[in-house]
Parts: sequence; C-alpha cells; structure tokens
Amino acid sequence: MILQTGVRIGVVFGVLITIVAYMTLAERKVSAWMQDRYGPNRVGPRGLLQPFADVLKLLLKEDITPRHVDRWLYTLAPAMIVIFALTAFSVIPFHPSFVIADIPVAVLFLLAAASMDTYGLILAGWASHSKYPLLGGLRSAAQVISYELPVALSFASVVVLTGSFSLLDIQDFQHRYVWLLIPNILGFVIHLVAAFAETNRAPFDLPEAESELVGGYHTEYASMRWALFFLGEYLNMAVAASVITVLYLGGWYGPFQPGFWWFFLKVAAILFLYLWVRFTFPRFRYDQLMNLCWKVLIPLGLVNLIWVTALRLWLF
Amino acid sequence: MSAPQPYVGLALHAVVSLAIALGMVGVAAWMRYRAKRPPQVRYETYECGEEPFGTARARIPVGFYLIALLFLLFDVEAAFLFPWVRELGNLGILAFWEMVIFLGILLLGWFYALRKGDLRWIR
Repeated sequence: MILQTGVRIGVVFGVLITIVAYMTLAERKVSAWMQDRYGPNRVGPRGLLQPFADVLKLLLKEDITPRHVDRWLYTLAPAMIVIFALTAFSVIPFHPSFVIADIPVAVLFLLAAASMDTYGLILAGWASHSKYPLLGGLRSAAQVISYELPVALSFASVVVLTGSFSLLDIQDFQHRYVWLLIPNILGFVIHLVAAFAETNRAPFDLPEAESELVGGYHTEYASMRWALFFLGEYLNMAVAASVITVLYLGGWYGPFQPGFWWFFLKVAAILFLYLWVRFTFPRFRYDQLMNLCWKVLIPLGLVNLIWVTALRLWLF
Repeated sequence: MSAPQPYVGLALHAVVSLAIALGMVGVAAWMRYRAKRPPQVRYETYECGEEPFGTARARIPVGFYLIALLFLLFDVEAAFLFPWVRELGNLGILAFWEMVIFLGILLLGWFYALRKGDLRWIR
C-alpha cells in the first residue's frame, strides 16, 4: 500500500514539474502570439527546450544574500511557498482510482494549504529587511487573507449542495446529477475571481507590481531562490485550476470517454484563461482590489450561500 | 469509520514535498556561481539606485491591521459555517433559518465596518 502511494506521489510530482515548466514557456508563447510576436524559438525545435535552459541558467547564477537580511527566514521563505503548494495536490482526485489521499475533510485541507502560502510571502518580505519587499509582503498578506474569505464561502456553497467534504463524493454527486457549475454559477464566478487574486496573478498582481514596488516581496532575491517564488506561483495556479475543475466542472467526467483526459483538458482550459486574462486586462489599483473583495465578493458569497441552501432544502 | 490509510498517504506526500522544496534550495546553494572578489556594494539593500537609508522596520499603514482584524472575524464565521453546511441535509428547515439569522447579524457587523470607513483605503 505504501509502495503504491509512493509510486503515485512520484508520478504526480513528475507530471506537475513538467506542467509547471511548460507553463512558463506557454506563458511567453501565448503572450507573444497575442502581441503578434514569435516568442522564444531558439532553444530546441520551436523553443520547446527553453524551460530546461532557464532552469540551468537560474541554478548557475550567483546567489546573492544581502547583508541586512534575516538569513534563516530569508532562505526558508521561498521553500515554504513551494512546500504548501505541492502538499495541496495530495487530495486532488485525478481519477477515482488515482488519488493519493482521499481524506474525508479534503475541502478543509485545501483551504488550510492555500492559506499557509501567506506565510511564505510575508516572511520573504519581512526577512529581506528592505522597504519594497516589506510593502509587497504586507500587501500580498492582506490580499491573500482577504480573498480567502470568498473562496471559503464558495467551498461552503459546494458542500451545502453535496453534503460532503470528500472530493470523491463531490465528483460522484456531479456525475449523478449535474455539474455544480449549473446550480452554483455565482459561487463558481466568485471562486474564479478569488483564485486569480489568491495566486497573485494579473489583473490582481499588486504584491509584485513592478511599476511601483520594483519586484515586491522578491526584490532582494536572486538566482534559484528567486525562481522558487515563481515555481510556487505556477504551482498555486495549477492547484487553483484543479480545485475549480473538481468542484464545479465535474473533474474527470465528460461526454465521450471519461478519464484523465477530461481532467487535464479542463485544467488546461482554466490555465489558458489565466494567461488570456493577464494579457487582456490592466492591473487593478490596490483600493479597487480591496473594495472588490470586501464590498462585492463577500456579500455576494453570503447571498449565494443562502441561495444554495434554499435550493438544497426545497429542491433535492 | 475510515481507516488511517489516506492520512499515511497525506503524510508521505507532505514529507516528499518538504524534501523537494528544501532539496531545490540545497542544490541551488551548491551549484551557484561564486564570484572571486565581489564588490561590497552588491550586498547592500536594494533601493532602486538610491543610497539606502534608514531601516525597513518603519511604521506601516493602519489599514493592514484593520483588514487583519476583519479577516479574523469572518474567518471565525467560516469556521462556524463549515459544520453547519456539512450537516444541513440532516438538520432541515430550522437550521436554515437559524443560519439566516446568524449570517444576518454578521452582515450587520460588515455594514457597521463599512459605515465606520474601515473598508476604505484612501483616507
């Protein structure tokens, strides 16, 4: 049993690292196509080996630790972001026969893993002992904890409809009745918007707004430790896309041949949406960002919760 | 009652995640380029071309503190919500109205914070 789980963990990590590596390439290629350019096309056929070149380059760069930083926390912060992003994948059901840990409180676990990421960001800002990173870290902490509330309310609305915290049960429910996208469309939209903000992606990438904060929380980082922040960011995007797929889009179920394919297709579609939005919308201002969360999404989330509860009690 | 098996998988996964993340930091520290005699200015705090001055431990806007307080309030609310949403099917109509009242009181608190201006970022 342990061996089987170990093999699964290996497969998941292998696939994940590959997906994340090619997300960086996809981001550059898609942005290039949207802006009528070629994008990277020198390393390998059509630039397909670019991610490997990037990783090698980042590993071999000089890794500067500025004199004023808090060394322990400074080194630990980027690792923390990656750890919690990777841990979240343990409960994602890729297929009924392929889930590493089908724990009965998976929804709560996902929420907990997502909020732990805040520590990495704020520790990076604090340990750098510099003004721009501190501001970026504070901003991202305030942003991530604020947008956690709409996410929690969307999770709650899903649990109201399905009556279970287990992701496999939620899949079964969607298989028997209907994709939760249909009865819970408001929850889906709230979750999608909040997912963009929680992963610090455009148009909510305020913590690293380069025009005002230089680089935000990772200003003082160099080389591979800098890259770990972005590894964490892309992993978090993959987590968010998987969670949305599982909760609202029916996971591996599809019209023709249910299986892994549908899961990965849906995740890829949401990841593409991330890129599409990034190169289409301008960045929000910080007060607009906070207003959107506290004055729009949270009241909407509460209203949606009451709506799905009524639906559940009088319909099912 | 479910077996502890899934939690064993979870623990294993968490340990592997930890090993991968720390391993990457370790490999980076081992493979990095080491400059022979780096100029000392390289280790200064970065301040966008300016001479660095003062400490970063300065006073920060109070808005962040208010957001943290409000977050605490609503996160405790979420903690109360989750047992309720799980058992809703078994509890029925009465639980629904109870929760409507609970959420109503919370919305009242939210409205109070709004009127006091705690959610306003430009002050």
